[in-house]
Amino acid sequence: MTDYTEKFDATGLNCPLPILRSKKVLSKMGSGDVLYVISTDSGSVKDFDAFCKQTGNELLESSEAEGKYHYYIRKA
Amino acid sequence: MSDEKKLAIIATKGTLDWAYPPFILASTAAAIGYEAQIFFTFYGLQLLKKDMNLKVSPLGNPGMPMPMGMDKWFPTLGTALPGMESVMSGMMKSKMKSKGVASVAELRDLCLEADVKLIACQMTVDLFDMDPDDFIDGIDYAGATTFFEFAGESDVNLFI
Repeated sequence: MTDYTEKFDATGLNCPLPILRSKKVLSKMGSGDVLYVISTDSGSVKDFDAFCKQTGNELLESSEAEGKYHYYIRKA
Repeated sequence: MSDEKKLAIIATKGTLDWAYPPFILASTAAAIGYEAQIFFTFYGLQLLKKDMNLKVSPLGNPGMPMPMGMDKWFPTLGTALPGMESVMSGMMKSKMKSKGVASVAELRDLCLEADVKLIACQMTVDLFDMDPDDFIDGIDYAGATTFFEFAGESDVNLFI
C-alpha cells in the first residue's frame, strides 16, 4: 500500500463527479503530495488515467479490488 | 495568447437530458486545465434560470429508456397524456440520484466555481421577454460576435 497525504472517498459518485471532486481536493494540496481516491465508478479507471495524462499529475497506482477502484495520484 | 487550451460550447436545449452535456463537459474541461465558455441561446437559456425546473419528455423520443420496458409497448400517444412529462421527469431525476449522477444545479455550480464563463444570448432574452432577475448571478449577456472572439481561438468547439 502506497503512502498518501490525503484520502478522498468517491464511493457512489458517478461521472464526472469523482474527477471533479478529486481535482478540488488536489487543488488544496501541495506539490508532491499524494491523493488516495476510492471510487465505485468503473468508468473512472480510464478517466483517472486521462486526467493525470492531461494535467501532468502522476498516477502512481491504479487498481481494483472487490468492486472498488483505488487510485494514488501525486500532485505535480 | 496563453498556452491554456480552450473549450467553447453553444447550448441550445432546455430539457433535463440535454442540460447535462454542456455542464459536464465544461466542468471537466476546467478540471483538466481548459479555459471554458458556454454560450446559451434559445431554449438553452433555461439552464441559466435560478429555478431550473427542467423536464424530460418521452414524447417523440423513441430512444428514451422507460421503466418496465414501457418504451417497447406503451403507445406513443399515451406519452402525450397530461402529467406524463412530470411523471417521467420525476422518475428520471430519482434514477439519477440513486445512481450517484450529479444534479444539473450541482454541475452548474462546479462550472461557476471553476470560472467557466456563462454567457446568455441577449437576443433570445429580448425575444422571449425574459427577466434577467430570473437568471443566476455571475453571467454575461452578449451576442454572436462575442462568442466568436473566444470560439475563434478555441481548441474545441461544440454545438449542443
